[in-house]
Amino acid sequence: MEKHLFLGDEAIARAAIDAGLSGVYAYPGTPSTEITEYIQQSADAKAKGIHSKWSANEKTALEAALGMSYAGKRALCCMKHVGLNVAADCFMNAAMTGINGGLIIVTADDPSMHSSQNEQDNRLYGHFAMLPMLEPSSQQEAYDMIYDGFELSEKLGYPILLRITTRLAHSRAGVVTRPQRIQNEMHCPEDGRQRYILLPAFARQRYKALLAAQDTFTRESELSSYNRYLDAYDKRLGIITTGITFNYLSENYPEGFEHPVLKIGQYPLPRIQVEKLVSECDEILLLEEGYPVVEEMIKGFLGMGKPVHGRLDSTLPRDGELTPDVVGRALGKENMTWYEIPEVVEQRPPALCQGCGHRDLFGALNEVVAEYEGAKVFGDIGCYTLGVLPPFRALDTCVDMGAAITMAKGAADAGVHPSVGVIGDSTFTHSGMTGLLDCVNENTNVTIVIADNETTAMTGGQDSAGTGRLEAICLGLGVAPEHVRTFVPLKKNYEEMKQVIRQEIEYPGVSVIIPCRECIQTLKRKRKK
Amino acid sequence: MKTDIILSGVGGQGILSIAAVIGEAALKEGLYMKQAEVHGMSQRGGDVQSHVRISDQPVASDLIPRGQADLILSLEPMESLRYLPYLKEEGWLVTNSQPYINIPNYPDQEKILDELNKLPHTVILDVEAIAKEVATVRAANMVMLGAAAPFIGIEYNKIEEGIRRIFSRKGEETVTMNLKALQAGYEIARRK
Repeated sequence: MEKHLFLGDEAIARAAIDAGLSGVYAYPGTPSTEITEYIQQSADAKAKGIHSKWSANEKTALEAALGMSYAGKRALCCMKHVGLNVAADCFMNAAMTGINGGLIIVTADDPSMHSSQNEQDNRLYGHFAMLPMLEPSSQQEAYDMIYDGFELSEKLGYPILLRITTRLAHSRAGVVTRPQRIQNEMHCPEDGRQRYILLPAFARQRYKALLAAQDTFTRESELSSYNRYLDAYDKRLGIITTGITFNYLSENYPEGFEHPVLKIGQYPLPRIQVEKLVSECDEILLLEEGYPVVEEMIKGFLGMGKPVHGRLDSTLPRDGELTPDVVGRALGKENMTWYEIPEVVEQRPPALCQGCGHRDLFGALNEVVAEYEGAKVFGDIGCYTLGVLPPFRALDTCVDMGAAITMAKGAADAGVHPSVGVIGDSTFTHSGMTGLLDCVNENTNVTIVIADNETTAMTGGQDSAGTGRLEAICLGLGVAPEHVRTFVPLKKNYEEMKQVIRQEIEYPGVSVIIPCRECIQTLKRKRKK
Repeated sequence: MKTDIILSGVGGQGILSIAAVIGEAALKEGLYMKQAEVHGMSQRGGDVQSHVRISDQPVASDLIPRGQADLILSLEPMESLRYLPYLKEEGWLVTNSQPYINIPNYPDQEKILDELNKLPHTVILDVEAIAKEVATVRAANMVMLGAAAPFIGIEYNKIEEGIRRIFSRKGEETVTMNLKALQAGYEIARRK
C-alpha cells in the first residue's frame, strides 16, 4: 500500500493508468487539464504506450475515445464542464451505441467560475443522456471510482460520466494506489453494426435498450458502496450530500452526525436509500455542489410531500461554490471570526503578463479601432480575454470557443463595420476554422485576428494543434492569399502593425491577420531547461 | 495535532513550492493532509491562495473554515490581510514585507503596516533581502517557510528533509542554498 500526495486530477490519471488504460483524449481546460498532463508526463504511461496527445477539441477527443473503446480498449476522455457542450453530440449518441472497452468521461465543473464563463452542472448531462454517473467526495474516492469504473462500464456496456468540481480537481491529499492491471486486447464488437450504426431502424432498438437498462443502473447505485446511509438519532432532519459536500458537512460535525445522512456518490439516485431517508425523517436538506439537481428531483414540480431544503428555498445560496462556512450556516452553526478584511485591501485581478505579445497587439488594435465609429471587437476564450480589463478594454464580447469569428460574421451581416474577431491560435483550431469557412463562403466583411502565441497558454502552455500551420489552414479554407497577413507583435513594430490592421479593415471582405510571437511563459520555461 | 494554514501571494510568486515542502514533510510524518490550490486564470498576476490542512486525524474539508486558521503565511503584505477572516483569534500571521505592485491603486504601504501591527502575533520580514544575504534570492520562499516553521506543528528537521527530497534533483548546491535560507527565516521567527 503506497500512499501518494495527489491532486484530485492526478488521482484520476493514476487510477486510469493502473486500471489498464490504453488512451486518454482531451482538450486542455481548467480544472481538468492536469489529468492528461499527468499521463503525458508519466514514465509508466509512456512505457505502456498509452495514447495521451492532446486533441483539437472535446468533440474530436470523445469521438476518438469512443473509437478506442469500439476496438475493445479502455479509454478516458477529460474536459472542463463547458467542453461537454462541444462534445455533447457524441456524448448523447455514445449513450445510444454503448461501449465495448470501458469508457469513462470526466467532466470537471467549475462552480463559482474560478476560470470559466458559466457554472453549468454537468450531472444534468448524465441525466440527459441517461447514463450512470460517479461523483467522488475525496481524492481517494476519485482514484477508486476510476479504477473500478472501467470494469463497471464494461459490465453495464455503457460509458460512465465522472463528475468532479474545481475544489477536488485542484486539492491534494494522500491516495493509496492499487495493483496495475494489463490493458485489454484489441477486440472489435461482434454485433458492431447493430449497435454503432445509428440509422433510425437500429437507433430505435438502441434507445429501447437504453431505456431498459435504467433499472439496472439504479440497482447498481443501490448496491454501490459509494452510496452510504449513515444513521443517527435525530430524525427531525435527514441530510443528502453529493460529492464533496459530504466533507463540508463532516467539518461541521467533528463529533459525528446528529442527523441521518445519505452520502451520494453514484447515480442514478439509489431509490431504496432515498425512500428510506424521506420516510424516516421529518424534513430533508440537500447539499449539492452546483445546481440543485437532486433537490429538484426530490422536491418535484409541485413541491408536495415533506419539506425539502437546499438551494431552491434559500437555505443555501442559489449559486456559487459551497464551503464549510456556507454549509455550517445552513445548519445554524455559524463559525466565530475575529478579523475582517481591512478596507485598505484592494482587488487584484489577473492581467496579461508583462512582455506578453497580446499587450502589443491590443495596444496597436485599440489605436486603429479608435479611428472608426461603431467598431466592434469580438473576443474569445484564452489569455487574450484579459484584454477586456484595464488598461486595454479592447474587447466587446467573450462567449464561447470560436464565437469571435462567427459573432463578428453575424454582426457584419447586420451592418457592423469594422467587425473584428480576436481569437487565439488554439481556440482557432478548436472551433474557429469552420466559422472562418462560413465567412469565406460569403466573403463577409470581417477582419479576423488570430493571436498566435504558439501554445494553449491560459491552461499552462499545452501544445496547440495548428502551430506553424495557421497561414496554410487559412489559405486552405479559401482566404485570399493577399489578405492573410502576419507580423511580430512588438513595440518596435507598432507602425507596421497599425498599417496592416488598417489596410485589412479597409478591405471589404474576409481578411486574417496573424500576429505571431511565442508566449513568454513557455519561452521562460524552455530557457530554464 | 492539527494545523490549518493559509498560504497567500500573487500568481507567479511561487506559493505552491512552499506548499509542496510542507506536504512532503507532513506525508513523511505519517500525518493526514489536504491542500487546496488555485490553478488557472488567477495565476496570471491575480491574488492566489492555498489552504493547507495537516492533522493526525483524517481531514474532512479541503477548505479551512473561517476563524480557524492557525497561520497565515504570505509572500505579499497586502495579500496577507485579504485572508484575515480565516485567522484564529490567537493565530500567527507571517508575511514578506515587500509589496508586489502590479495594480495602479496599490495602497499606501504605511497603511498596510498599520493594519498588520493591530494583530497580536506577526512576523514581518524582507525575505528577498535575507535570501540574498545568506544564499540566493531564488531561495526567498524558503526564508518565508523558515519564518513560519515554529508555527506549523511539524518538527524542523522534517521540514529540512522535505526540502532535501524536493530539491535533490536540482543538485546539492540548490539543497544547501535552500536549507540556509530556511535556517535564516527560522532564526528570525524564533527571536519573536
